[in-house]
Amino acid sequence: MNGLETFFSDATTFLPILLRGVVVTIGLTASALVASLVMGMAWALMGLSKSSAPRLVSRLIINTVRGVPIIVQLFYVYFVLPELGLQMDAFIAGALGLGLAYSVYQAENFRAGFASVDPALIEAAEALGMSERKIFVRVVLPLAVRVALPPFGNTAVMLLKDSSIASTITVAELTRAGQLLAVSTFKNMSVYTLIALLYLAMSLPLTFAVGQLERKFARR
Amino acid sequence: MISLKNISKSFGSTMVLKDVSFEVARGEVVCLIGPSGSGKSTILRCINGLERHDGGEILIDGQPLSPSTLRAVRGKVAMVFQRFNLFPHRTAAENVAEGPIHVLGQPREAALDRARALLADVGLGDRCDNYPAQLSGGQQQRVGIARALAMSPRAILFDEPTSALDPERVGEVLKVMRKLAEQGMTMVVVTHEIGFAREVADRVLFMDGGRIVESGPAKAVLANPTQARTREFLDRVLNPL
Repeated sequence: MNGLETFFSDATTFLPILLRGVVVTIGLTASALVASLVMGMAWALMGLSKSSAPRLVSRLIINTVRGVPIIVQLFYVYFVLPELGLQMDAFIAGALGLGLAYSVYQAENFRAGFASVDPALIEAAEALGMSERKIFVRVVLPLAVRVALPPFGNTAVMLLKDSSIASTITVAELTRAGQLLAVSTFKNMSVYTLIALLYLAMSLPLTFAVGQLERKFARR
Repeated sequence: MISLKNISKSFGSTMVLKDVSFEVARGEVVCLIGPSGSGKSTILRCINGLERHDGGEILIDGQPLSPSTLRAVRGKVAMVFQRFNLFPHRTAAENVAEGPIHVLGQPREAALDRARALLADVGLGDRCDNYPAQLSGGQQQRVGIARALAMSPRAILFDEPTSALDPERVGEVLKVMRKLAEQGMTMVVVTHEIGFAREVADRVLFMDGGRIVESGPAKAVLANPTQARTREFLDRVLNPL
């Protein structure tokens, strides 16, 4: 059998196992993405606050989280928090840890978006008598999102790839499933080629989807 | 309808308004003229609370302007901006209907229908579904005027509404404003268009250095100014060479 035939025969055996990992990777990435958006919006809004205390806390969180490697953050959530009495399932620890790590990048994306909104448009809305909440929802947010979307797409793809770090805290996502296969079969080439292709099969549609969103929001 | 009593205002240590008092009666058109930095725009921004005045009192329909009455006042006094300030992510009709829907709580379809009618009134009946970036400056400013009208205001403040326009586009906006004046709208207009002030305004206030230097019937002030500073300004504006 030549190399290509071996690869295809391995693929039929390995794919069902790896696809279970793909499902976990997608679930983990989606959960971490939502967590990062919620926390990131919180940091960004605190950063916009009129009083200095929330601004300071926001800066502190962003600089601290950004300065610690993601793998250390995951270890902290999964191994250290239980010692402090906060035990959680590996998947949840992974989603929260990745969410926190990525929240600071989301916060910076949002901040750039908010900073891009022309204050004159906020004045126009004020002059119409709009409430602060309405101004945020109707004017500031849609215009900020438009600017934040392209970097957001970048962040989302990075998060998808970095979800593989959760393999180090026993989450049975794609990379972990592949490692287990590779050490038990010694078929490194087939396994890691399949893993790479499967990540691409997820990241390319994600990039495309964000591109579509950009187009939708960019309508003049 | 609008009454300012001894208004003062500083930015830091710079006093930009010094003891400014005047009244605007219902249906009256008042033009504020004067050099840049004389405080004209600041006055307008104080009247609808975009800037907070430091001293004195502003009354709108007898109601004093304060943080608690701010939103009620803004319902009565609409504003048209020099740089239009249209919402770039909404169509012309959506821009006009934004206030009625989200401030006055009108039903969406009814508000959009009225928005289209108002846009037709300012000559933009065929532009309702265009985004601001697809419109010329003059068209955008007419959308801005329709957006102000949609709030059914008792008065409209115009902050240099034609200063950002191509010379060829100024007329189309001034015509709409003249029509409003003829319909009895109360208007306070900051402008450099002396011709418009002469033709349309009931009264002209000339400002310099944060004070009202001279005021009176438009034709009198513009044709025979009594103050040397007013004469100097008008001479420079009317005979720039």
